[in-house]
Amino acid sequence: MAEPSLAADAKPWRDAAAKPFIRIKNITKKFGDFTAVDDVSLDIYKGELFCLLGGSGCGKSTLLRMLAGFETPTSGTIEIDGQDVASVAAFNRPTNMMFQSYALFPHMSVEKNVAYGLLREGVPKPEAMVRVADMLRLVKLDGFAKRKPHQLSGGQQQRVALARSLIKQPKLLLLDEPLGALDKKLREETQFELIRIQETLGVTFIVVTHDQEEAMTLSTRIGVMNDGKIVQVGEPPQIYEDPCSKYVADFIGSVNMFEGIVDAGVPDTLRIKSLEAGTELLVEPPQGLKIGQPVSVAIRPERIMLTREKPESPNVVYGEVEEVAYLGNVSTYRVKLENGKTLKVTKSNRLHDEEPIMWDEKVYLSWSKAAGIVLTE
Amino acid sequence: MKRGLFLPVVSIFGFLFLYVPIVSLVIFSFNKSKLVTVWGGWSTKWYGELLNDPQILGAAWISLKIGVVSATLATVLGTIAAMVLTRFGRVRGRGLLTGMVTAPLVMPEVITGLSLLLLFVAMEASFGWPAGRGMLTIIIAHTTFCMAYVAVVVQSRLTDMDDAIEEAAADLGARPVRVFFDITLPMIAPALISGWLLSFTLSLDDLVIASFVSGPGASTLPMVIFSKVRLGVTPEINALATLIVVVVAVGISISWFFMRKRVKT
Repeated sequence: MAEPSLAADAKPWRDAAAKPFIRIKNITKKFGDFTAVDDVSLDIYKGELFCLLGGSGCGKSTLLRMLAGFETPTSGTIEIDGQDVASVAAFNRPTNMMFQSYALFPHMSVEKNVAYGLLREGVPKPEAMVRVADMLRLVKLDGFAKRKPHQLSGGQQQRVALARSLIKQPKLLLLDEPLGALDKKLREETQFELIRIQETLGVTFIVVTHDQEEAMTLSTRIGVMNDGKIVQVGEPPQIYEDPCSKYVADFIGSVNMFEGIVDAGVPDTLRIKSLEAGTELLVEPPQGLKIGQPVSVAIRPERIMLTREKPESPNVVYGEVEEVAYLGNVSTYRVKLENGKTLKVTKSNRLHDEEPIMWDEKVYLSWSKAAGIVLTE
Repeated sequence: MKRGLFLPVVSIFGFLFLYVPIVSLVIFSFNKSKLVTVWGGWSTKWYGELLNDPQILGAAWISLKIGVVSATLATVLGTIAAMVLTRFGRVRGRGLLTGMVTAPLVMPEVITGLSLLLLFVAMEASFGWPAGRGMLTIIIAHTTFCMAYVAVVVQSRLTDMDDAIEEAAADLGARPVRVFFDITLPMIAPALISGWLLSFTLSLDDLVIASFVSGPGASTLPMVIFSKVRLGVTPEINALATLIVVVVAVGISISWFFMRKRVKT
């Protein structure tokens, strides 16, 4: 964290006057009748580590490929560092890409793979080799220079691919599911490695991923995509705490959802009638809701308290424990309410002295007014 | 154990059926006797006589030249065809094109030969090229049908290849031509070698098409053998056939070896 100008610290997107580094304006991409990317507009700032998050087929990879120049947008413009790149071919763009399959050149050694970009740029060989050696040190692959890709493990191949895409010091690095092929433990280590490298070099990263945990760990901001559209852009806590729609709330983390109708409110509290909950839900009132309007209330599993005695709380429901899963740091419960709806509850296992709640116990579930997120979409 | 024996027995019979004629040909090529069917002891004299027969040596040389040139041309053209078919996406009529490239594989040789002969005659009549029939017309004919084999072999290789590898090279600043020579060509090289050897072998083997399109003074080895056999099989022909079997077997083995060898990723 040496440089003070890191986007992760400066948060330029909060400043309306800040100039975006990448400007995606009304981009649409159609393949025949199928619209892969639908009127997407997005500003990304210098030094960001931006994650495009979405399920498969949501258009995130297509958007990335348009930035790289492998696909031409059907309409709309892309500006990188003030330059409209519509007419710039892939081999002339100031971007580099790290591919999901790594796409290493199988007939070339690690060293030659990494040097390829520099040599195409016309950098003299001796200089190129020095820079390659530096880069291999950065990704902790010194000593592997002469190996062929197939002699490396998956994690090492991943780092060769990263080194190769960074060697030209691109203005923008595009990463397509960069950690997808690694096992869980290696993936977690590599996430922090990626952040370290990104902060060392100060390059702007755009990462495509379907893994919400990965997006949460890596990014300065997340853009959630669905059906070719960006549905929400925000910092990870914002996306998690304040999702803008049921889709986002459900996609990021797990959530309990209640359908309901807005009832009258008193100051500081909004009452929502919900048959699904079997009671009235009390939440902190958001703006712009009308009485009688149908809404959904989302409650995160870790915001719900489980107790044997009835607690003093604005929202209390009663149920029976159906399932308990002990996961080490937390336990997850599935509790069936009297009306048949099942709620997910996460409880952290900090206390040893307490007798844990087990199967078939009758319990009270309670949560605060702030825990309920009211969603209209 | 019954079930365990069935497969070996069947395969032994199969292989005997395939290879006994060839083995007996090889054995009889070492026959001392002048009568093909009577065994007269071991000798290599027919190989010696073969090497002193200018007609056969000349024909072998012509066949070799035709084989090398047409295999090379077929490899170049076949590769281009395969590139077009696999890389340039959804071109209108692509399915038709694929079918047309591979049609010569199943076309009866007589038809290929006859149609090429008609074409050459018509071309000479209208603009004087190719003048007469001979080595050139055989080369053109062989290139045409070998190209189809190369296209099929190279196409399957290209389809197996991860598109992202070529994109990665482009992304790193390589222009399309550069991408082809730096990345695509080395990666499909085994298929090219295999296609070339296959074409060479096919060209060396071909009798029917060559008979249609050849002219005076350009008799290929199969044509010479065929005309000799019509006057009766001599042990000399057995020796020659043995040599051809060896050459073809080596060619096919190398081609098979390269096809099997995959670039590890």
